[in-house]
Amino acid sequence: MNLSVDLGGLQLKNPIMPASGCFGFGKEFSQFYDLSELGAVVIKAATGEQRFGNPTPRVAETPSGMLNAIGLQNPGVDKIMEQELPFLDSYDTPIFANVAGSTLEEYVQVAEKLSQHPTIKALELNISCPNVKEGGIQFGTDPNLAYELTRAVKQVSKKPLFVKLSPNVTDITELARAVEEAGADGLSMINTLTGMAIDKQTRKPLIANETGGLSGPAIKPIAIRMIHQVREQTDLPIIGMGGICTADDVIEFLLAGSNAVAVGTANFHNPLVCKEIIDELPEALKRYKFTSLDELREVAVS
Amino acid sequence: MILQQDLSIVSNKVIAKDTYEMVLEGDLVQQIKRPGQFIHIKIGEGFSHMLRRPFSIADYSLETNQLVIIYKVIGEGSKWLSKQSDQSFINVLGPLGNGFEIDHLANQNVLVVGGGVGVPPLYALTKQLSQRNDVKAVLGYQSSDSVFYEEKFNKYANTTVATNDGSYGEEGFVTDVINQMQNQVDYYFACGPLIMLGAIQLQLRDTQGLLSVEERMGCGVGACFACVCEADNEKGYVKICQDGPVFHSNEVTLYESIS
Repeated sequence: MNLSVDLGGLQLKNPIMPASGCFGFGKEFSQFYDLSELGAVVIKAATGEQRFGNPTPRVAETPSGMLNAIGLQNPGVDKIMEQELPFLDSYDTPIFANVAGSTLEEYVQVAEKLSQHPTIKALELNISCPNVKEGGIQFGTDPNLAYELTRAVKQVSKKPLFVKLSPNVTDITELARAVEEAGADGLSMINTLTGMAIDKQTRKPLIANETGGLSGPAIKPIAIRMIHQVREQTDLPIIGMGGICTADDVIEFLLAGSNAVAVGTANFHNPLVCKEIIDELPEALKRYKFTSLDELREVAVS
Repeated sequence: MILQQDLSIVSNKVIAKDTYEMVLEGDLVQQIKRPGQFIHIKIGEGFSHMLRRPFSIADYSLETNQLVIIYKVIGEGSKWLSKQSDQSFINVLGPLGNGFEIDHLANQNVLVVGGGVGVPPLYALTKQLSQRNDVKAVLGYQSSDSVFYEEKFNKYANTTVATNDGSYGEEGFVTDVINQMQNQVDYYFACGPLIMLGAIQLQLRDTQGLLSVEERMGCGVGACFACVCEADNEKGYVKICQDGPVFHSNEVTLYESIS
């Protein structure tokens, strides 16, 4: 079965990609399978300068999910381009760069550098990280700021721009509309939900940052609902994510209105999960009486 | 090479208070390079538990294709593990991390220090060290009912047990025992709670050593940046799962982070 998809002008051989932050820069997972099998790879967020992130512990398991507060640890955009991108060049799959920052200027600077790099085929604008003190989620919860930032980044980047939306808002469609008006080429949704868990023995939060982003199957129904809401308002391509673990989950996300999907937390549960989902997707589609991905998409939009 | 494989449970039994020894069998064992590496175990059915749990390898044999882990029942993951019966299978990712590099040590006075659930990885280490070195082991536990593996260690090392409450062996911490030691130490190995590792690193700061560090982990393979530790290197940090979990005492500074 042909699994290829057109995602805002980018041709993907299948709709499955690992989500930013859950896959590093690909090297670790390349020992488990050939990364060329993936529809795309979204690399870990880049900021202007290197960041060391938050104190540990940075993760905690919760029912059917996990909290994380890594804090955008990364070596900075220049070192990423110099030390991480050459490795990914050898794989036949489009590389998406995730762009983060504390200020509008930092976002613009990082986006400009990455968009000029030949290895990078698209940008994902991270306006929804809940774990950093400055920037991140501020831009993703205020439609005016989201508009300004998206517009500013569009002016310096010729690569397709996907804006990653935060679910930590009352009405996500407002944000989707704002970034669409600003020129976004697509949407990535959803980022993690802000959460917290407390250790009963020590009476302290389970992660040092106190709050973290909740991910995993626990948030899947929220992601499905939000993608459905946004799909009713826009024709922009959507990369759907939020707790995907199986090929069945992928079908559910496509039915909700996603054009492609990203797999995050499940990579920690099973490092081979993306490859296994790609292998199982044709059978799963047949099980639900779809003869092609196009047929599924027609159902989704009606 | 790191494998993801279902290993069969040969045995799973209580060896001390809330403490279990589990013997696992499978081809993944052939990939183990040295003591101090760990395995990442999937917990429960389906997707109820999204994070694997890391356990250090206490012992392994390439001949029998078996490895041993020792774990304390603390939370939901270890509780689930304790209920798994013999002959059933659990999903294991590993071996992970680099373990203790000991090829360079011969005819040395070596000190091995373990605290509580930090004791297990030191067992396979002590066995191998004892082939060419004189090994002294200092093992710390909370109280007499939590002591395990003392006799096993005694076969390969001159072993002293300390308990916090003095209900067995020496009273006090492993650092108290080390304070009273007369013989000179050429090299040391330690695994245990961060606070113990920091105290030992400070106490033995003029001696070379290797420390096995623990931290809550995500992926276990170096991709998620959950288990980082500040370090004296070019990057300023190390990833415990991928660069460790064993570090040279010069590389990571643990006593500053606990003071």
